[in-house]
Amino acid sequence: MLEINNLHATVAGKPILNGLSLTVPAGEVHAIMGPNGAGKSTLSYVLGGRPGYEVTGGTVTFIGEDLLAQEPHERAAAGLFLGFQYPVEIPGVSSMQFIRESLNAQRRARGQADLSGAEFIRLARAEAAELGMDVDMLKRPVNVGFSGGEKKRAEMVQMGIMRPRFAVLDETDSGLDIDALRVVGAEINRIMRGPDRAALLITHYQRLLDYVQPDRVHVLAAGRIVRSGGPELALELEREGYAEVA
Amino acid sequence: MTALALPTRKDEAYRYADLDALGRVWADLAQAREIVVPAGEAHSHVLLAANEAVEVHRARLVIQPGASLDLFALNGAAEYGRIEMDVEVREGARFTLNAANIAGGKATQEIVTHVRHTEPNGTSNQTVRSVLGGTATGSYLGKVAVARQAQKVDGEQSVKAMLLDRGATANCKPELEIYADDVKCAHGATVGELDPTQLFYAMSRGLPPAEAKALLLEGFVLQLWDDAPEDRRDELVEASRALLRRVAA
Repeated sequence: MLEINNLHATVAGKPILNGLSLTVPAGEVHAIMGPNGAGKSTLSYVLGGRPGYEVTGGTVTFIGEDLLAQEPHERAAAGLFLGFQYPVEIPGVSSMQFIRESLNAQRRARGQADLSGAEFIRLARAEAAELGMDVDMLKRPVNVGFSGGEKKRAEMVQMGIMRPRFAVLDETDSGLDIDALRVVGAEINRIMRGPDRAALLITHYQRLLDYVQPDRVHVLAAGRIVRSGGPELALELEREGYAEVA
Repeated sequence: MTALALPTRKDEAYRYADLDALGRVWADLAQAREIVVPAGEAHSHVLLAANEAVEVHRARLVIQPGASLDLFALNGAAEYGRIEMDVEVREGARFTLNAANIAGGKATQEIVTHVRHTEPNGTSNQTVRSVLGGTATGSYLGKVAVARQAQKVDGEQSVKAMLLDRGATANCKPELEIYADDVKCAHGATVGELDPTQLFYAMSRGLPPAEAKALLLEGFVLQLWDDAPEDRRDELVEASRALLRRVAA
């Protein structure tokens, strides 16, 4: 589903990704782990198309298309979802309006009809309920006044409503207490597990992987994948530290 | 009605005006509208100035003791829009202005207020948001004057402008003239641009750039109308939306 080949990228002229290659087939969940400064967040922003993250070499193919040739909103319409490490606050715009307009923009780009207000509210209510979140939370401005944990849950509600083909989740576990971690882990499994879907979890720690068992674990260091293995690799990293393994 | 000479740029209240456009309507300009809110009453007014190429609205408002006036004004004229008011706030009275300039192209829009607290215990709150694209100019010139006997007055001005293009100009000039010694007057003014992080977040969710911009701008402006009279709120919201989508495109 996602094939990254020899990817090089710079931020403000500084090389961050240095020949990263990675393939995530449909139906699988992969985890990327690595020390601070390895390039984990840069990888997620490059995949999302954030301005300022310049690709200087390599290719990324997403469901058979050249991902790097697409604008961020086109990537979303193609089925890519980027879960932010720090979900962004948008004062004055309710989550309801934000998600509905975003979803309908995606649908239009795919040649589908807009969801009506009633259809959307039904969907939002059901998805919020899965997370034990009151739908009234979504009437508040996007992420404004939410705690770190609430923001991450709100990202999961967005993901549930949008039903992407592929999710890149950047440190979705940070800022979560144990209970929230379990809920968010269950949501990732519910939303992203399936033969036509896949996900890439970017994380520092093993603990999210207790709830979302990855098919493959990759170690990112200095902008490249330096080791790959099964779920046991995450445990080894937790035990030995990155310095030993990478 | 005596014909007055067209103002010049030397006149501070016309410093940023489009005098050519003003000159075309000057001779036919109506007298300033007089509105008196009777003692103890609570009134709301909506001024939607977004229909003509040139719109100049002038008002003299008196808010009698214990009364309140909430004014909601949308300045959206395509070429030149000017909303000008002189407000007298009497004892224990309250004046609230929520206003927006939304200008693109070469438009000039300005909101010019002179709020005079002539008696004690009055309150005035002015919130102005400007969204400016192209080479448009948006101004807020707001003077709050507190007379010597007008103790315990609370006057507040919050002015924010958002510039969408390099050629756009915002002028924010909150001004205080205070003669009483026990008053609370605060003002804040900021000029900024759309936050690229918010923009990327919205685009990453599927919104094309122009739609993402328009949505963020709605967040910036539409809160002004939250307390507008219910029968006019939708009209203000829809007119603002249409203007914002035009300047964001």
